Amino acid sequence: MSMINWFKFSAPSTFYPLAGRLIPVFWALFAILALAGLWVGFFVAPTDFQQGEGYRIIFIHVGASWMSMFTYLVMAFWAGMGLAFNTRLSGMMASALAPTGALFAFISLWTGALWGKPMWGAWWVWDARLTSELILLFLYIGFIALTHAIDDTRRADKAGAILALVGVVNVPIIYFSVKWWNTLHQGASVSLTKAPAMASIMLWGMLLCALAMWMYSLAVALMRVRVIILERERHTDWVKELLAKRSQ
Amino acid sequence: MLEAENLECIRGERRLFHGVGFRLEAGELLFLQGRNGAGKTSLLRMLCGLSLPESGEIRWKGEPIRKLSDDFRSDLCYLGHLNAIKEELTPLENLLSSARLAGETLSDDDALDALEQVGLLGREDLACRYLSQGQKRRVALARLVPERRPLWILDEPFVALDVNAVAWLAGLIGAHLQRGGLAVMTTHQPVDIPAGQIRELRLGA
Amino acid sequence: MLQIVSYTIARDLRLALRRPADLVSVLFFFIIVASLFPLGVGPEADLLRQLAPGVLWVGALLATMLSLPRLFADDHRDGTLEQLALSPNPLGLMVLGKVIAHWLVSGLPLALLAPVLGLQFDLPADALWVLTFSILLGTPALSGIGAIGAGLTLGLRGGGVLLSLLVLPLYIPVLIFGAGAVDATVSGLGPGAHLSLLAALTIGGVAFAPWAAAAALKIALE
Repeated sequence: MSMINWFKFSAPSTFYPLAGRLIPVFWALFAILALAGLWVGFFVAPTDFQQGEGYRIIFIHVGASWMSMFTYLVMAFWAGMGLAFNTRLSGMMASALAPTGALFAFISLWTGALWGKPMWGAWWVWDARLTSELILLFLYIGFIALTHAIDDTRRADKAGAILALVGVVNVPIIYFSVKWWNTLHQGASVSLTKAPAMASIMLWGMLLCALAMWMYSLAVALMRVRVIILERERHTDWVKELLAKRSQ
Repeated sequence: MLEAENLECIRGERRLFHGVGFRLEAGELLFLQGRNGAGKTSLLRMLCGLSLPESGEIRWKGEPIRKLSDDFRSDLCYLGHLNAIKEELTPLENLLSSARLAGETLSDDDALDALEQVGLLGREDLACRYLSQGQKRRVALARLVPERRPLWILDEPFVALDVNAVAWLAGLIGAHLQRGGLAVMTTHQPVDIPAGQIRELRLGA
Repeated sequence: MLQIVSYTIARDLRLALRRPADLVSVLFFFIIVASLFPLGVGPEADLLRQLAPGVLWVGALLATMLSLPRLFADDHRDGTLEQLALSPNPLGLMVLGKVIAHWLVSGLPLALLAPVLGLQFDLPADALWVLTFSILLGTPALSGIGAIGAGLTLGLRGGGVLLSLLVLPLYIPVLIFGAGAVDATVSGLGPGAHLSLLAALTIGGVAFAPWAAAAALKIALE
């Protein structure tokens, strides 16, 4: 039963209105969760006795890092589905997710730098996690650049899918090797692995913010996928009908 | 032997053709016709399995070609626009190398015999970069001389050939058909091929 | 199976040797890049010794990468690639042959050249050995992973730049363990662990990458 439904919604023409109905829901959830998370983060959570007020950036930083990694996995999942079942929508989902993932990787690096300056006295340290995040951003940029360099969308989707799958196999290897490299070169740099024990209210704030980013990602990815559907299917009858109805 | 059913081809945003189908039996030749851009080369590449049709199916000996893969490719000989010869290699090396890569064995004698038929004997040890366009095309066509795989797919095989060479190639294709082979080809010039059954398919009519 | 791999290697080697200029320019690129660093950072022996593993490895990596676009481009341009894809032999095995041939004309000579450049950086003898060995061991992985990038960018505008964008992040582990092995030798830790990990990357890269590259080529030919 559920299989039938899945494949029904894998057709762009049925997915388009479904996504349209879901988007406002995700935006609403995003607004609620983001307000709650930021309220907890900025007003409820206590000032950290070691790091002062500056630590509050983790409410954004940690969620963004999680999202950037998770989005890559989801992207690779859609890419694999696209190669396995040759469904058009999978490739569109993968290319709709990539910019959001790259954005979160960038936010994670940016907030990491902002956090790093007061904490360690430097905008950038070659910490294993920061370095891996940077490489993740490179992988996203590579994916976006490759899919945009290919004019034929079908080839672009498939080539992007191979790249995403190769990337997902490599992410653990890269992470492990960077960590190994980091422990060997530790020397003068600050040990970052021992984060101070976190008060549970901070954890709640972080969770709320991370969930808010989830909702944001879903909403934005669905909006983007709708645009991609319209663009690629603009010669089909259902899109022409839709546009005719809109312009009336 | 070779059947195509309801093939559809989309390139970029344009639908080149749809609903294309034919049946080809042993000893038959299919002439593919149509103006430039009608999708002749696209159809040939589809028949080879290089690209997938948007919809429809191609069957070889009753089985869809995407299921056969290796088995189908060992029955297939494709000659594209591009000569697929290496400028750095001599005609002889090119022939031997393309046979090896196609999973066949070709003796030096057979290869020299093929070069003699295309009139390149005496130049077999000259790197192909020193040959003229027409001569390079002949090196590519020399591959067909010892070729015994049943299905030939030829994209504009007569381009850049002089009158004698055209007659020779037509004879070669005729002999292939008489052995029970199949051929699908495109051409812009009218060519008389000595064969029993000739079918025609016009794209974009 | 082995026959088609060895035949592809022999064919690609023959082609490469009839066009030796390509091979030589890759080697000269390596020499020039390595020689630029002392000019940039100054001639102090201690500093150079410290920089050497990283600089020489990055140089070898870039030199390997520079020769990647040629891996499939010539075969693509003259139509040979179509013939390879239509051959009853598995395309992955022929790509494996091409990857090995690529290593023989890039990684291998780079490794043999590396100790000479290492002398410029005042590396001790044992570190020179490890440098050569680590480049020998690591460059097959670079050729393998690079083949995927070369397949994906085949025939695209600005393919060369795009290729480096795709491939360089994936090269990072090889760089870390390769340069790390030399580093560990200089600092007296012993290169064993690094070299084993490098060997693991190469085995993985050479075993799996050709199939991914073959899939990329089939997409590029469509």
